[in-house]
Amino acid sequence: MNRIQKTFNDLQQRKEKALVGFVTAGDPTPELSLQIVLSMCRSGLDILELGIPFSDPTADGPVIQRSSERSLEKGTSLMSVLAMTRKIRLETDIPIILFSYYNPIYNYGVLRFYQDAVEAGADGVLVVDLPPEESNEMTTDWNGQELPLIRLVAPTTPQGRMSFIAGAGEGFIYLVSKTGVTGSHGLDLAGIAEKITSLRAVTALPICVGFGISTPDDVAGIASVADGVVVGSAFEKLIETHIEDPDITEILSGSVKVLKAATQGSGR
Amino acid sequence: MSTTDQMNHKAGSLGSHPYPDEKGHFGPYGGRYVGETLMPALLELEAAYQEISGVPEFQQDLCLLLETYAGRPTPLFHARRLSAHTKGAAIYLKREDLTHTGAHKINNTLGQGLLARWTGKSKLIAETGAGQHGVATATTAALFGMQCRIFMGVEDIRRQAPNVRRMELLGAQIIPVKAGTGTLKDAMNEAMRFWVSSVQDTFYVIGSVAGPHPYPQMVRDFQKIIGEETRQQILEMTHRLPDVLIACVGGGSNAMGLFFPFIKDRVPMIGVEAGGQGMDTQKHAATLTAGSVGVLHGAKSYVLQDQNGQIKEAHSISAGLDYPGVGPEHALFKDLGRAKYVTVTDDEAIAAFRKLCSLEGIIPALESAHALAHTMKEAGRRSPDEIIVVNLSGRGDKDLGILFSE
Repeated sequence: MNRIQKTFNDLQQRKEKALVGFVTAGDPTPELSLQIVLSMCRSGLDILELGIPFSDPTADGPVIQRSSERSLEKGTSLMSVLAMTRKIRLETDIPIILFSYYNPIYNYGVLRFYQDAVEAGADGVLVVDLPPEESNEMTTDWNGQELPLIRLVAPTTPQGRMSFIAGAGEGFIYLVSKTGVTGSHGLDLAGIAEKITSLRAVTALPICVGFGISTPDDVAGIASVADGVVVGSAFEKLIETHIEDPDITEILSGSVKVLKAATQGSGR
Repeated sequence: MSTTDQMNHKAGSLGSHPYPDEKGHFGPYGGRYVGETLMPALLELEAAYQEISGVPEFQQDLCLLLETYAGRPTPLFHARRLSAHTKGAAIYLKREDLTHTGAHKINNTLGQGLLARWTGKSKLIAETGAGQHGVATATTAALFGMQCRIFMGVEDIRRQAPNVRRMELLGAQIIPVKAGTGTLKDAMNEAMRFWVSSVQDTFYVIGSVAGPHPYPQMVRDFQKIIGEETRQQILEMTHRLPDVLIACVGGGSNAMGLFFPFIKDRVPMIGVEAGGQGMDTQKHAATLTAGSVGVLHGAKSYVLQDQNGQIKEAHSISAGLDYPGVGPEHALFKDLGRAKYVTVTDDEAIAAFRKLCSLEGIIPALESAHALAHTMKEAGRRSPDEIIVVNLSGRGDKDLGILFSE
C-alpha cells in the first residue's frame, strides 16, 4: 500500500479528514523552507504538497505568485526541490505530492523526472496545466506505477468529462473549489457538496478540495463533505507576513495545529 | 475582387498542410496546456468555431464588416523608391496599416467578436503589447456593445501611451500589469488568470496565433485573408507569384496570415524576429532563433527559457515583438524548413522605420519596421526582376514617442 492510500485509510479509522498543506519549496530561503515544512509535518499535516516555483504561474493568485518569485530569486529549481524532498523524506512518512507547472518537468525530462522523484521519496505529482488530453506525453514512458498523477476536477467540468478524468485518476482527486486562481475568496459550500456527490458517483478515490480555503471555519465546512482539505495561499501568506520573524516556524506549525483540529471529529 | 470570394476559399484547398490535428497539435507543438477550469471552455470554443465555419450567415457578417468597417481589401503597394534604394528586388508592401485601427489585428478581433456574440458571451478581455490588439478589441467591443477589459503591462502602457488613450476613448477598461517586466508576457499571464475567474460569461480574445488550441488555428484562419488578398493582387499586378514573403514575428499572427495561403505554392517565407540589442546579448526576443522547446501560455512551442525551464524576459524596442514565446505553427514551419527565421536589431529597425518615412511617405509600426529592415537586406542581395512582398502590419503613430526619445 502506498503512503497516500495508507494515510486516507488511517484517517478514516480515526474519523478525521486530511489536512493537505501546500508550500512553495524554497520560500523564503532553501534552509528556512525546509525547517518550516518539517515543523508543519510534525504538527499534524497529513499530506504535503511541495510547490515547484515557476516564472509564469497563471493558475495562481498574487500570494503564490510572490512566493514563487521569492523562491526563484534564491535559486530554487526542480533539482533543488527534489533534493529538499529527499531531506523531508528522511524525517517524516507523510505523503509528499510534487506540485508543478509542466514546463520545468518537460525541461528536466519526463522520464528522468519520474525516476528522480520516486528515488527522492515523492508519492505523487500534480501538474496544474497538464489536462488528461495532454498528460500521456508525460507518463507514457514512465517505467513504473510509483508516482500517481493527481487529476484535477473544476467547477466548470461537466459530468461526462468528470468520469473521463476520474477514470484516469490515481491517489486522490483534487477538486478545485471555485472558478478563479489560488487564494481568491468566497466559498460556495453547497455547490462544492453537490460537485462532490456527482464525483462520488464516478470514483472511489478520496476527494480533496482546494483553492480559497483559509480559516478554521472554511476547513471544518469542507471537511464535512470532502475527504481532504487543501490549504495553500493561507500558509504562504503567513510566511510572507512573518518573513523576518524568528518565530516563523512556530507560527506556521501553530496554524497547522488549528486547521488540523478543524478536520477532526467531522467524519460524517 | 470581393472579400466574400476570399472567405469562401476553404482550408481544404490547402492540400498538403494537415495542421492542426484534431487535438490541436501542429506536429509536436500546440495543444492545450491549461488548468482544468479552462478546458471545458476551450472545448466549447472549439465546437462553436467548427460550427460557425459552416454557417454562411456568420461568414457573410464577417465579410461585410471586413469590407465596410475594417476597409478591406487593403492595397498592395509597389514601393519603387525603397526598391531603387536597395538597388535590388522589387518590394511590394501589403498595407495592413491602412485598416481601421491601423493594424492587421482588427481582422482577428472582428472574427472573434462575432464568435463571442454567437456563443452568447457579452464581455471581452484581451492582452496587448503594442496596444494594437487592445485597440482592435476595444473597437470591436464598442461596435458590438460589449464590455471590454484590456490587460497591458505597465512598461507597455508607458511606451505605447497613444494606444492607451485610444482604448480608453473606446470605452475599454485598462488593467495595468506590474508583474515581471510589465510587458506582453505578464499581460497574458494576468488575462489568463482573469479568464479563469470569469470563464462563464467572458470571451478571451487572444491576439496572436499563440495560446491553447483552438486559438492558433482560429487566429490564423481570421488572418489568412491577408495572404489571400496578397496572392490575388500580386498575380493581377505582376502575373506571377512573389519570390519571397517577409513578415515580422512576435507571436506571429501577421506573418501566419500572409504566409498561410502561399503554402501550396511553395513560395519561400522569412519571419523576422526582434534581435533587440543584439544576438550576442541576452536582450532580445528571438524565440525561434535562440529559444528551445517548452510550454508557455497553453501551448508547446519554442520559448526563451533558462536551464531550469523558467521563462526568460524578452527585450525589444517594439512592444508587439517583446514576447518570449511564439505561435506553435511557426515552430513547426521552422522545424520543417518551411519558413526561415532571422533577426533584426532595435537599431536596424529604427533605421528602416526612418527610411520608409523618407522614401515612401509611410510611417510604419516599429514591429513592421523589423520586417522592412530585413526586406532591405534581402532586396539588396536579389536582382531587380525578383519580387518581395513584405507585410506592413501596422502604422507607426503609436511609436513616435519612442522615436523622439531616442
